[in-house]
This record gives sequence, C-alpha cells and structure tokens, in this order.
Amino acid sequence: MSDASSETSPIPNKDIKIALVGSPNCGKSSLFNTLTGSHQKVANYPGVTVERRSGNYTTENDQNIILIDLPGIYSLKDRTLDERVSRQVITGVHKSESRPDLLLCVADSTNLRVHLRLVLELKHLGLPVILALNMQDMAERDGIKIDPKILSEELGIPVVPTIAVRRGSLDKLKAALTQSITNLIPPKDAVQAPTTRELQKQARELAAKALVSEGTHHKITRQLDKVLLHPFLGIIIFFITLFGMFQLVYFWAEAPMTLIESGFHALQELLTNILPDNWFRSLLVHGIIAGVGSVLVFLPQILILFSFILILEATGYMARAAFIMDRLMAMVGLNGRAFIPLMSSFACAIPGIMATRTIEHRRDRLTTIMIAPLMTCSARIPVYALLIGAVVPNNPVIFGLFGLQGVVLFGLYLVGIISALIVAAVLKMTLTRGVAQPFLMELPKYQLPVLKHLLINLWERARIFLKRAGTIILYSAIGLWALAQYPKKPLGATEPDIYYSFAGTMGRYLQHIFEPLGFNWEMSIALIPGMAAREVAIGALGTVYALQGSEEQIEQGMRAVIQNSWSLPTAFAFLAWYVFAPQCFATLATVRRETNSWNWTIFMTGYLFALAYIAALVVNKTAIFLLG
Amino acid sequence: MVYLSDLNKGDKATILGFEADRCKDIEFARDLEDRLLEIGFEEGLEVKILHEGPISRDPIAVRIGQMTVALRRMEADAVKISNGKI
Repeated sequence: MSDASSETSPIPNKDIKIALVGSPNCGKSSLFNTLTGSHQKVANYPGVTVERRSGNYTTENDQNIILIDLPGIYSLKDRTLDERVSRQVITGVHKSESRPDLLLCVADSTNLRVHLRLVLELKHLGLPVILALNMQDMAERDGIKIDPKILSEELGIPVVPTIAVRRGSLDKLKAALTQSITNLIPPKDAVQAPTTRELQKQARELAAKALVSEGTHHKITRQLDKVLLHPFLGIIIFFITLFGMFQLVYFWAEAPMTLIESGFHALQELLTNILPDNWFRSLLVHGIIAGVGSVLVFLPQILILFSFILILEATGYMARAAFIMDRLMAMVGLNGRAFIPLMSSFACAIPGIMATRTIEHRRDRLTTIMIAPLMTCSARIPVYALLIGAVVPNNPVIFGLFGLQGVVLFGLYLVGIISALIVAAVLKMTLTRGVAQPFLMELPKYQLPVLKHLLINLWERARIFLKRAGTIILYSAIGLWALAQYPKKPLGATEPDIYYSFAGTMGRYLQHIFEPLGFNWEMSIALIPGMAAREVAIGALGTVYALQGSEEQIEQGMRAVIQNSWSLPTAFAFLAWYVFAPQCFATLATVRRETNSWNWTIFMTGYLFALAYIAALVVNKTAIFLLG
Repeated sequence: MVYLSDLNKGDKATILGFEADRCKDIEFARDLEDRLLEIGFEEGLEVKILHEGPISRDPIAVRIGQMTVALRRMEADAVKISNGKI
C-alpha cells in the first residue's frame, strides 16, 4: 500500500492513478472493494469532512494501480463539498491530491438514462474515461438489455459491463483498464459542460439508442417496499428492527465485554504480582490498563452495532428508515437520515457519530453530531444504576405496574432525548442555520450484502476506534493517572492519597465552582479521572472515599456512602450532571476527527458542560426547596 | 395547474415542467430544479406515487422510469404535472 506522501509528491512515479466516479447507488463502492480487496485506507481530505478512500491493485503486467474512490455525486457543480472536491481532483487543481490519469465511471445499468448524464458531463473534464455498466445481473433479471457496443461508439470511450459484487465479472474491466493504461492519453484542460438540461437531453437520446429492451421496475424491491414502506406495517417493522438490534447489541456484547474486563483484571493482577511496587507498576496497572480498558470494553458493542448499521446500509433499508422517520426529524430541522446515528448513540456515541457519514449535508451532519452525546449511552448506566439504587426507593408506581427506580431511569433517558431535540432546533436556527436542504433521494434497489465487503468496512471502523484507544485515549489515561498520583501524600497526612494530588487540588478548587450544585470535594475530585469514561467516576469515587475490595464491594460501599453522606438534592444534581456532561475523552476525540474542526469540538464540550451545570444547579435548588 | 404534491398514493401523471420558484425560500429554490433533473425527473416522463410517509402522508416515494425517488411534498410542489390523472 502506498502512503499519501508518495501519491501527492510532485516527483513522477510510475504508479497509475485511477479515480472512480459515479452517482450514489451505482455500486461504485462495491466495485472499489472488489478491485482492491483489503488493500485500502480511509481518511479525510485535509480541512474538509469529505472521505478519501484509496486502495491499490496490480495488473497482470505488474503495473501498480492506485484507485481513488471519489464521493458519490449526481453532477460536478460546486454545490456540495463532495462535488467540489471531486471536481478539484478530476481537473487537477486539488491542493493535496494529484490529478488522476484515468477516470473509471460507474453507472447503474438498470437506470441508464440518469447515470449517462454524469458520464457525458465527465467527458468534458479532459481525462480519458472508461465506463463500467454495473449491476449487469440485476438489469438482466429485470429484462433490461443494453448494447455496450453502440454506447461505446456513441460515447467514444471503452464500455464494459460489470457485476461489482463478483470478482470474476471484472476480468473484462481489468483488461480494458490495462489497455487504456498502455496507450494513456495525456490529460487535457477541462472545458465548460453544457447545462444539466442539455446533458439530460443527450443522455436520454443515447439511452434510447443503446437500450435494446427497456425492462421493468425491480420486482423484489417493489414487493418488499409494499410491506416495508406500508404506513402502518412499515413503522411496526422499523421499530421491531430497531428493538431487535438493540437487544442483540446488549445481549451479544455481554459475554465479550465480560471477557475483556476480566482479561484486563487478570493482567492487572498479574502485573501487580510480578512487578515491584513502584510508580511504574502503578502507571501500568492503574493508569494505562485501567484507563484504556475502560474504553476498550465498549469495542464489542461498537462492532455489533456497526455490523447492523452496515447491513442496513448495504441492503438498502437505511434509505427506507430515513423515509419513515423523515417527517418526525423534520420537525426539529433534521433529516430522516439522522435517526439511525442518534439511535446508535444510545449504545455509544462513538459509533453514532461515525454513522453520521450517511448524512449527505454538512450542516445536518454537524447538528446531528452535536446532539449525539445527549442520547443516554451505555457508559452512563452504571452511574445511573448506582445512584438510583442508592437514593430512589423502588416503590410500585402507576397502578403497581412499574417500580419507581425504573420510572426514574426512563425519565433520565427522556430528558436526554428532549434536550437533544431542543438543542437541534436551536442550532438549526443559529449556528447551523442555512438554506434548507432537500430530502430528495433515490430509494435504492434491495440487495443482499456481500460478507467480504461488510468485513472490510467493519474492520475499517474497528481500526479507527482501536487507533484512537492507542493514541489519544492512552495519553489521556496516562495524564489522568499522573494527575491523580502526584504529588504524593505528605507524611502523617490523614486524607486519602488522591486528596493531595493535582487532581485533588483541582477538585478542591473545582469544589468552589460546584458548590452551588451541592457537590462535595470528593465528587469534584472524582469528576477529573471520570473524564476517561463516565463509569470510571464510580471507581474514582471509591478511591476518594478510600473504599477497598472487589468491584462489588466498592459498589456496596459507595451505596452506603451515598445514602449516609450525600443529601438527596446532591445525589439528584449528580444524576442531572451526568445526563449532559461530556465526560468521555473518546467521544470528544471522535467529534474532533469527524468534524475535522477544533472549534466544533470545543463548542460541543462547552455547551454540554454548561447545560450540565445549569441542569444540576436547577435540580439541586429545586430539590432543596421542595424537601425543605 | 396540478403539481406532484397534489397527488395521492396510486396516482399517475406525466411531468410537464418545473416551477421551483413556487418555494418560499428563494435560496432553496435556486438549486431545486437542477437537483430534480439530476436525480432523474424530466419532462415527458410518467410518475406514479408509490408510497406516502406515515405522518401527514409526507414524504412521498414516486416511481420515475426504473427507479424510486423519495422527496418531501414541499419539493414535489415544484414539479408541474399533467392535469388529467392517467
């Protein structure tokens, strides 16, 4: 795999660069996956959120080909970021991406008229073009017959039928690519393309000539949509799918999560036994392993969630989900596509934020990212469970159907959702205000997902998460450990060790800020190591209160501490704090990566802390007032 | 004049043209016609309303040629269609 520097260097190399271009739903990514296999990498173009997917393969005569998968676009105007970047790359004016040698345009054979328009537009950009007539199998099934010879003669470019999901079907395409490469035409300057309307007219005439048989609308899609988009059945199936998805995320993730947890515990014990008791052992055991482990434990949930999201995406159901939810999301100015990322954030905000890539419009995507952390993620559950268990009696309520504890937990979820909707509406009126974006989108034909492509994409997501665990999460774990360990306790001091550390000093300083919320210094200190991940705060509280023993013993101890030394208003304020506070470095790092902007990351951190503070303050004062 | 937004589920019609300026938001309307064309709307083509969203019957899914396109009624408001429903 070649790295970015060799592709962008001005020194001519003998690698040939081919850019894949095509409209959404033409099977371009499948073709890319089949051609490059696992030799690919995903990054962002510098300064923008447009994904840069590149990979390579070698031809029979040992020529290395670098493939760039440009974003799916309908045209090459300057309207969206995707269009702009694609145009810049193709015309050779992009700052970091050198001009490709050849364009491989992918068109959906079952929708020739629409896809030919893009081909005609591309021909004006000065690069040699090869057309892949993709989804040949589906076209055949629907009775659509295209004569590639006529198309090739009329367009003056090579035209090859392909079935992107089948490797064997790409031999002809590879041969055509090899041939074009050996007599490569040097790139010319781009010329102005005719208007959309004119191009469309040409495309229609061309399609009429090349189509031997028109065929019918995809039958399976038609029949499935009758059920899946049914005004009543459709909603029921949608929610059953979601419900099932979340049940399985929790159910399937339980065993591997326990395994990872006990693995890290075993490692901690092992190191504690074999290493001498010094700062290094403490750094390894309490800093690195505890910190990174507390984040890595979510990997199974993230992977399972992503498998579902990728399957929904690959089958074509995701677009239907957006259709069903659009009206509801439109009420707060969002797009139907925002629903699944937000739902995913209930398991963990990280996959949720990463899943916003399916939202085409930048402003909608930003708004969705900004509110994703308000969805109650599973790391909050241990905190909620401990506090609710300690301060809320489980009296039967609502005709004895539910316990009060469950109702309170549900209420906390609800507060998160309602706040998210309010924040979204406010953002859409202020910071992310702009021209409304049309919902307009194609509902793609249903397809069976290809396991290999799913695995490639899943691995890509896992790699991003693991890389982050190995970098920013590792550093912050070490940083938080150092803050909690140093300086050491002076001789003869009576408070627990952490009291005298930087974290302790900061916590005692923070206590002045948190005092109106009813937080004591123990809680203020615990919030600092709790930045690693929300549930770490419980362990940190255990440390501050100098509790010893196993996790369960610490939890029991904590329950007693909360019941005896926290007032009710304090405990409720702490709950309110956790509904909003962005107490998770991993999420913030993800937001930084996905928005490609420090400003938005800082803004999100700031507004969530502000909301947390205000909510905790209001809850504390109200509770004091009500309870006297 | 009849517009795509006026149709109900199951209705068929022929596209006559586009009137994006029917949208109140001028900025929004500017690109709408181009976007509609690009995704596959075109004069002379037959459209059929296949599905309606569960709330307020919005958005709608229409068939144009071999494809299904989803759009909000607000956007469908810019598509002028033949008076007599086929």
